[in-house]
Amino acid sequence: MSEPTTSPATPPPPPPAVVVRDLTRRFGEFTAVDRVSFTVATGEIFGFLGPNGAGKTTTIKMLTALLHPTSGQATVAGVDVARDPALLRRRIGYMSQRFSLYPDLSVDENIALFGGLYGVAGARLAARRAWALAMAGLEGQEQRLTGALPLGWKQRLALGCAVLHQPPVLFLDEPTSGVDPIARRGFWDLINAMAAGGTTVLVSTHYMEEAEYCNRVVLMDRGKLVALGAPAQLRAAFDEPIFAVRTDDAPRALEALQHAPGIVEAAMFGREVHVVARDAAQAEAGIPAALAAAGRRFGGLRRVPPSLEDVFVSLVRRGATAAPAGAGKEG
Amino acid sequence: MAALSLRRLRAIARKEWVQLRRDPRSMGLAFALPLVLLLFFGYAITWDITDIRLAVVNQDPGQKSRELLQAFAGSGYFQVTERLASPARIDRELLHAHITGALVIPPTFDRDLAAGRGAEVQLLLDGADANTATIAMSYADAIVARFSRDVVLQGRRIQLPASAETRIWYNPTLESRHMVVPGLVAVIMSIIAAMLASLTIAREWERGTMEQLASTPVHRLEIIFGKLLPYLLIGFFDTVVTIAAGLLLFGVPIRGSILFLGGMTLLFLLGALGLGMFISAAMKTQLLASQIALIGTFLPAILVSGFIFDIGSMPVPLQVLSFLVPARYFIAVTRGVLLKGVGPEALWPEALFMTLFAILGLALATRAFHKRIEE
Repeated sequence: MSEPTTSPATPPPPPPAVVVRDLTRRFGEFTAVDRVSFTVATGEIFGFLGPNGAGKTTTIKMLTALLHPTSGQATVAGVDVARDPALLRRRIGYMSQRFSLYPDLSVDENIALFGGLYGVAGARLAARRAWALAMAGLEGQEQRLTGALPLGWKQRLALGCAVLHQPPVLFLDEPTSGVDPIARRGFWDLINAMAAGGTTVLVSTHYMEEAEYCNRVVLMDRGKLVALGAPAQLRAAFDEPIFAVRTDDAPRALEALQHAPGIVEAAMFGREVHVVARDAAQAEAGIPAALAAAGRRFGGLRRVPPSLEDVFVSLVRRGATAAPAGAGKEG
Repeated sequence: MAALSLRRLRAIARKEWVQLRRDPRSMGLAFALPLVLLLFFGYAITWDITDIRLAVVNQDPGQKSRELLQAFAGSGYFQVTERLASPARIDRELLHAHITGALVIPPTFDRDLAAGRGAEVQLLLDGADANTATIAMSYADAIVARFSRDVVLQGRRIQLPASAETRIWYNPTLESRHMVVPGLVAVIMSIIAAMLASLTIAREWERGTMEQLASTPVHRLEIIFGKLLPYLLIGFFDTVVTIAAGLLLFGVPIRGSILFLGGMTLLFLLGALGLGMFISAAMKTQLLASQIALIGTFLPAILVSGFIFDIGSMPVPLQVLSFLVPARYFIAVTRGVLLKGVGPEALWPEALFMTLFAILGLALATRAFHKRIEE
């Protein structure tokens, strides 16, 4: 980053870590990823959000050269993924959805294996091994079989092994699924630390709240990119008012509200019902009326800020016809 | 194609070795099974029949009948376990399987011999075990024929008009162990290839570790050869143990070149392991892979390789099939080298087939593996 020829006043922006253009993957008739395009800046934490089957994993597999794209282009860490997978694999780290270290190898043996595969040896391996053990909290457990570790530790060790060679770009496919919330929080601290160190992190998740840890996210649905932007930006662009409605019998109230005039959508949210309305004033009058008509008690309502999930649901509902406002393709 | 790296190959090989060492099932297959098979085939399964239990009904008190009985007992093949007073009891003894056969010498035996009339003895055999009965019959025929000749000659030396002098080469005492041990090397190698190698790649797909491997710079050839190495090592170890045990326990000779045998073993192992890995990479699950490997490699290696059953006596379709069974060539090589002391000058066709087999096995494994990564 510090080239002597450039003046320190105007450092040139580093080239983007990932550039994706119209990336498409079909499995027979089924289109798993449909003309997806985005750019990820160096050092960014970039999230893929969406339900299972949205195409997050397929996208990541194409970017790690585990799958050939049907069409489109992708450049990762300066390497065309279709042209030079061997070079690409030296510049990326990848952690798959499933725990994928060898359970019948010890912690140390797994580290040695990936050190060997990534060409990390000698003093560098010793330093990286010490780092990985400290990061995963496994100092003193080097001889334990990996399969016997609690899941949270396994995930951290898997992360350590995936970045043993200090790759500039790291792919994490649902790294926190099945991990308890506290371990999940700790895992995100690690991701943050790595991004702060200059690593670009692309991470998929189906936990909407985890999107808040990302600099930018893409929302994917049925293979298509639905929206792209910073989480706050996406929420701000959400222009429909949302109300939390208190009532005595949420499931039945939900039924009544779903079909009330002026209401776009209603969903259970704990013991309340969250209602997305077309117009705030109309909703404030219409909701008590709809509940009264259904014979349910109205316990009050308050306006709530949209969550990413609300944004996502709304965007999917509108479909690809209306371009997501404020969520440009370039961030 | 990216440059292959010795370091990555070593990393895979070491990992595979550690995994093998930690898996009791694999260790059992690799080290205990060969010993069990060796002892099983070496001691329990033998086609040599000795000590056939024989009941004797000797109704002739004369000298000649006693000489005949001595000829039977002294042959080493028969053991007179019972003497019965009358033939009526033979039936019961045979039914209860107390005896395998009964020899009845009639009261007129001595007299007929002396009169030069030609005496008859009766041998009753338990045909429920046709193999043993056939062999016992041929032994008895030989004993009686020799006895008759001595009676006729009665000490005189005359030149018989024609006689066959039979000599058996390479295995002069016709010990089946000498035939079994060299074949066993091939069978054990087939088991290792089928049962161990067939699991190794399928297991990685099942556990999801293959995806992780595929995301690293490791080349598929490094994976395949890295995985091959530990199995090759075990294969060679088992070969040495089997041949050494054959030599020490069963007296199987080593007449030919160990070096040639080692080279052929390497070829056979490469082919068989390659085939096992091909099956492993082509099948999606360990269960399917091990079953296909069992049916496709292990059973033919035992049944249509010439290990137990003579290929020449098989129906023609099976004989044709046997050409596709690599163990057939390896068994021919091990027997040739160990028992006959021959080398490439006689075994080059086998060596050629085994080279082709090794190339085919490795090529198939590499190809199938390639496809799975791309999918």
